[in-house]
Amino acid sequence: MSKKTTVKAGSKPSAKKAAKPTAKAATKTSKKVTTKADNFGGLSEEILLRMHDLMVKSRVLEERLIKIYKAGEAYFWIGGPGEEAFGVPLGMLANKGQGLAHDWFHLHYRCTPTLLALGMTMIDSIRLIMNRSTDPSTGGRNFANHYCFPQWNVAPVTSPIEVQYPIACGTAHAQKRFGKKAISIVTGGDAGTAEGDFASALILASRKGQELPILITVQNNKFGISTPFEGQHGETNIADRARAFNIRSRVINGNDPVESYLAMQEEMEYIRKTGKPSFIEAHVTRLYGHSSADGANKKTHMFDPVFEFENRLIKAGIISEKAAKKIWEIYEEEGVLAQEKVRQEPSPTSESVWDHVFVGNENADWRKF
Amino acid sequence: MASVAQAIRMALHYGEKNLGVKDIFGQDVGAPLGGVFTATQGLKNAWNSPLDERGIIGMAMGIAMTGDRCVAEIQFADYIFNTIDLLKIAGNTLWCTNGQVELPMVVMTPVGAGIFGSVYHSHSFDAWASRLPGWKIVMPSNPLDAYGLMLSAIKDPNPVLYLKSKALMRHKGDELIPGEPVDEKELKAMIDKPVQNAEGWKPRWPDLEEYMVPIGKGKITHSGEHITVVTYSRMVHLCDEVAAKLAQEGISVEVIDLRSIYPYDWQLIKSSIEKTGRVLFVNEDTEVTNFGEHLAYRATQELFYQLMARPRVLAGKNLPGIGLHPNLEKNSVPQLTDIELAIREVVAEVP
Repeated sequence: MSKKTTVKAGSKPSAKKAAKPTAKAATKTSKKVTTKADNFGGLSEEILLRMHDLMVKSRVLEERLIKIYKAGEAYFWIGGPGEEAFGVPLGMLANKGQGLAHDWFHLHYRCTPTLLALGMTMIDSIRLIMNRSTDPSTGGRNFANHYCFPQWNVAPVTSPIEVQYPIACGTAHAQKRFGKKAISIVTGGDAGTAEGDFASALILASRKGQELPILITVQNNKFGISTPFEGQHGETNIADRARAFNIRSRVINGNDPVESYLAMQEEMEYIRKTGKPSFIEAHVTRLYGHSSADGANKKTHMFDPVFEFENRLIKAGIISEKAAKKIWEIYEEEGVLAQEKVRQEPSPTSESVWDHVFVGNENADWRKF
Repeated sequence: MASVAQAIRMALHYGEKNLGVKDIFGQDVGAPLGGVFTATQGLKNAWNSPLDERGIIGMAMGIAMTGDRCVAEIQFADYIFNTIDLLKIAGNTLWCTNGQVELPMVVMTPVGAGIFGSVYHSHSFDAWASRLPGWKIVMPSNPLDAYGLMLSAIKDPNPVLYLKSKALMRHKGDELIPGEPVDEKELKAMIDKPVQNAEGWKPRWPDLEEYMVPIGKGKITHSGEHITVVTYSRMVHLCDEVAAKLAQEGISVEVIDLRSIYPYDWQLIKSSIEKTGRVLFVNEDTEVTNFGEHLAYRATQELFYQLMARPRVLAGKNLPGIGLHPNLEKNSVPQLTDIELAIREVVAEVP
């Protein structure tokens, strides 16, 4: 996306600049706080446009991944379209970097929006789903959206759900010792809170005098594959369970990027200031089902946070319809080009199965002991 | 001489002083108890976790992800089973991330029978552990190896399972740990917490030296010519005792202490079998499916025409548990008489 594609209604974007997709351009718009009737919680236009840009990018990417799966160019899809309004602000707010001075991320497989906000390129996500050796997360070894980016402290996403919660307590423990105000951030789904690992994390994070700097989040989309929320939960709010451990907690509308941004900003500041945990339950939409196992078809009757936010920005005069449409087009083109490029990229070799069983490619094959 | 528990304690002290170990944790690992077998008494970085095996393993993985070194304990291996999928994930993390994320963590846990611990304090874990690719697995049989293998485990950049025999925790070896005082009473006064009036107690650590037992290297504990017995951990001592007895009858038994389950010292096993032509694999994990079976399979595949007798595995019986009464325990895991009988059978076999 070019700088011009994000300007207000009435502007004429330059075709030349529009052909150079770069989401960073959105940050070059006005930094003043909007004074419209909808004041977006006081967030600057720069932040709002950046969020919109990344939300669109994430949606386009996830839809591209589904298309790749349905075209038979991938074995499996799982993802998080519908969670952009929560995931994008999460990635934007974090202290990004490698090492204990920066935040750690323990994400699940619905976190493409967060990864894009951290700086992941579309093509790297496509490399993952098309299991190429160029896939930076797994080298073609794992499923779609099982991301891993050590350069941003993004821990490997696992297939078993909720195991990331106590692991996040481990990084938070090391961060607390390091003492530079960095935090660990963990995400997961509502159905996964049935797992014992969720309770483990609440306990580990909240022990008196040993509280951990960790933002514990649950994205509640009201479904565990095909089991509705009521089929698993007796509690009114999952966040209430955190209160039982004296963990500060709140329920937010995760479909509203403004509310998400402000809530997470506040909780992150609280954690950095106190060294104590905080809990956010975010209500989100599951727009395309759980995975390719249940069809990955769009549910058109559901609230769509990307379109709703876009309409809100248009209505407020922060972006034009034309400029918004252009963003979708640019990312669609980027996705298509990335898919075409990845098709040409190499697959992992058969011999590479023995690579990285142990550090330094130490012999792992017992036949060779 | 130090006991195995004292040796582990000294190794952990060496680790936190010299090898960057920042956390030694698990249930009752920290003060005041210092571990149910006292293996973590007086350590600077030892702390008590909640009673939560999955939390312990998950936390260890997180700490290791940051690059900090940790040693986590599951109080008894019998309770490690509900962490199996976490152990699987820890073992596959490096592979799944194409070499990007290392987990330099040690998990230690007491294993095996021999203390009349009944159904949930007698489990073995070596065969289970051998099916966790990505882990290294060690099982010391004496204090010096316990010390040296712990230092190697801490230094190793991969996850390492350190399986310590419950029955050997009070076992004393015949070799000094480098830096250990010769007088065991002196050592006790320095590093054992007093049973009474322990308030304010702090250990006085000996000036320990680095001593590494390489992971993957076994050791011949009894040389012989007629049969090779491959074993590890507590069973080493039983096999050595039988070997000494049979030597008086002219039956020459070579006993190999494997020390590491994975990677394992095949070259040592192979050269010994090539010499003796006969082999017995002894351990106390259940016989179906047993790690010794893998070794027997390999011996058959690679050394078939050099064998004078069928390879045999002597292991724990395939039972749901180990009963408390001595009659039940002794009829569940190999005893001296079982080992002696098995050796006699293999030696007597004629092609």
